[in-house]
Amino acid sequence: MSSVTKVLAGNKESGRGSLVGYYPAGYPTLKDSVESLVSMAENGCDVLEVGVPYSDPVMDGLIIQEATEQARAAGFVLDDLFEVIRQVRARVETPILVMSYWNPVQKYGLEKFATGLVDSGAQGMITPDLVPDEAADWIETSERLDLDRVFLVAPSSSDARVSKNSDVSRGFVYSVSTMGITGERATLDALAKDLTGRVKAFSKTPTCVGVGISTAEQVREVNSYSDGAIVGTAFIAAYRNEGLTGLTKKCRELASGLG
Amino acid sequence: MNSKLSAQQGPYFGDFGGRFVPEPLIAALDQLEQTYMEARGDSEFQSQLALLHKNYTGRPSIITEAKKFAAHFGDLRVFLKREDLNHTGSHKINNVMGQALLAKKMGKKRIIAETGAGQHGVASATAAAYFGLECVVYMGQVDTERQALNVARMKLLGAEVVPVTTGSKTLKDAINEALRDWVANVESTHYLLGTVAGPHPFPTMVRDFHSIIGNEAKQQMLEITGSLPDAVAACVGGGSNAIGIFHAFLDEADVALWGFEAAGDGVNTPRHAATLSKGTPGVLHGARSYMLQDDNGQTMESHSISAGLDYPGVGPEHSWLKDLGRANYMGITDAEAMDSMKLLSQLEGIIPAIETAHALAGVKYLSETLRPGSTVLINLSGRGDKDMETAAHYFGLLDKK
Repeated sequence: MSSVTKVLAGNKESGRGSLVGYYPAGYPTLKDSVESLVSMAENGCDVLEVGVPYSDPVMDGLIIQEATEQARAAGFVLDDLFEVIRQVRARVETPILVMSYWNPVQKYGLEKFATGLVDSGAQGMITPDLVPDEAADWIETSERLDLDRVFLVAPSSSDARVSKNSDVSRGFVYSVSTMGITGERATLDALAKDLTGRVKAFSKTPTCVGVGISTAEQVREVNSYSDGAIVGTAFIAAYRNEGLTGLTKKCRELASGLG
Repeated sequence: MNSKLSAQQGPYFGDFGGRFVPEPLIAALDQLEQTYMEARGDSEFQSQLALLHKNYTGRPSIITEAKKFAAHFGDLRVFLKREDLNHTGSHKINNVMGQALLAKKMGKKRIIAETGAGQHGVASATAAAYFGLECVVYMGQVDTERQALNVARMKLLGAEVVPVTTGSKTLKDAINEALRDWVANVESTHYLLGTVAGPHPFPTMVRDFHSIIGNEAKQQMLEITGSLPDAVAACVGGGSNAIGIFHAFLDEADVALWGFEAAGDGVNTPRHAATLSKGTPGVLHGARSYMLQDDNGQTMESHSISAGLDYPGVGPEHSWLKDLGRANYMGITDAEAMDSMKLLSQLEGIIPAIETAHALAGVKYLSETLRPGSTVLINLSGRGDKDMETAAHYFGLLDKK
């Protein structure tokens, strides 16, 4: 069984719920991103989501765009991603998923990239702009290398697609809470609950909810009907404002929303 | 299965095309595909569009023989398909009227568009005004400055123009911003994409809407010269005007097809936008196609004096035609394009858009490969009024203030 699924299931069973934390590799430097990810693991994140800085992140809002731009400007290359994962893995056991748009993966070479994930100690990958319809190679490769593959489902997805995307996902399936890009929202609408309900109706794959979550209350709410809350922008904003101290504080604050 | 090249439809053109977009957009693409496929076979929709083109766009566009321009290059005849004479001043209106009709059919109240040179933005703002739709145009900040006149036109037409300040602040980033808007507003909004790039069904649909250019030109050439042209040429950024004029000739093996890309400072410098000549296959803006990227799969910034060609990607059908060897693609530098802009202006009294001037500059190379007496059909895709500031600066035409 996927170690990510195991963590999510264990936390669900104990009534705690889960927090998945996103942070981009190389932001603001490689060394800093390692410290940030380790701190997130030590302060309440159950799964780490390591972002790959990319020139055209169409699912991301301004805060993540600016952070990943800064990482790219500082010279981030894909080999650095695996080095960051290696260093984080040496210090914490928290499962790690990479979040990458598809072009960097295909350009680096899918086989080489996937092997890099295995060798550095990552558990799999979230692909925001790769739908299962275009993912035959990735599905085959991840199956062979025992890696998790997380696809997205959205409020606009048909029942057939919710079912298919969930079934073909491994680790969990990413429920996009709202129609929109990443960034903080004051309130989550009913779309997220309805969507996770559909995932549960059609599939046994666990689902975590992301996009727009930034408070302990939202973490609690989302965990009441799903298997975990995914937070990114709120962590980057906290780091931007107050550095590692701010990030650590934000992790503890959001983890307090767990049971 | 139909083996004609012209019968090829998305999602895939050989290894290219597809749908590499976030899941939230898939439903909208499915809806668009279904609506379009219905409209394609619906004679009422087709006659509605034909009537709009007749009474609003100003179709069919004429063909002008450029005799003095041709003589400058030697023994050949050059014919210009005058898309510059369409309403709004370029070929872009062909696609825009088609998609705006589809938006109405789908019950969308709002359209969004990206624009580089501003031609597609102006056409979209025009259609929005005509059909009573809300319109937001995303335009790179760099482009809002170099195409200020078109920004004013869009605003006068009632559209909102949003300058995009992220990334390279040009067309590529305008598309990213439009996609982000679409993800958030897909229920109410149609993304009126302006070129043959993007996820399926855009490359097929936009091509179909522009294929009227080649269909008309083919008949016109037969009437004027009694035969098909020896070569058909167009400039290529995303590739919409080129596909539009190529499509009717794809299965005419004796007609050479030439796409001229923006080589900026030169294809062997870092400053160019020659995607097909110098790029590699990758995924950008929802489709697999040739693109300019580094070893890490990061999109590289393109450079061209022409805002409309300043794009590091290209439509998937062009990538397919390149790999098949059916069409030839070649880079034209800023300097060559500007020379041709001046040449056509002064020899024929026609001021072309700088984008279009890249195709005109290609005649020099065609004259070297074609046998004497050959005929060349060029898509004169747009007029140059919008480029007067760039041209005045480039040629030193205005007194220093």
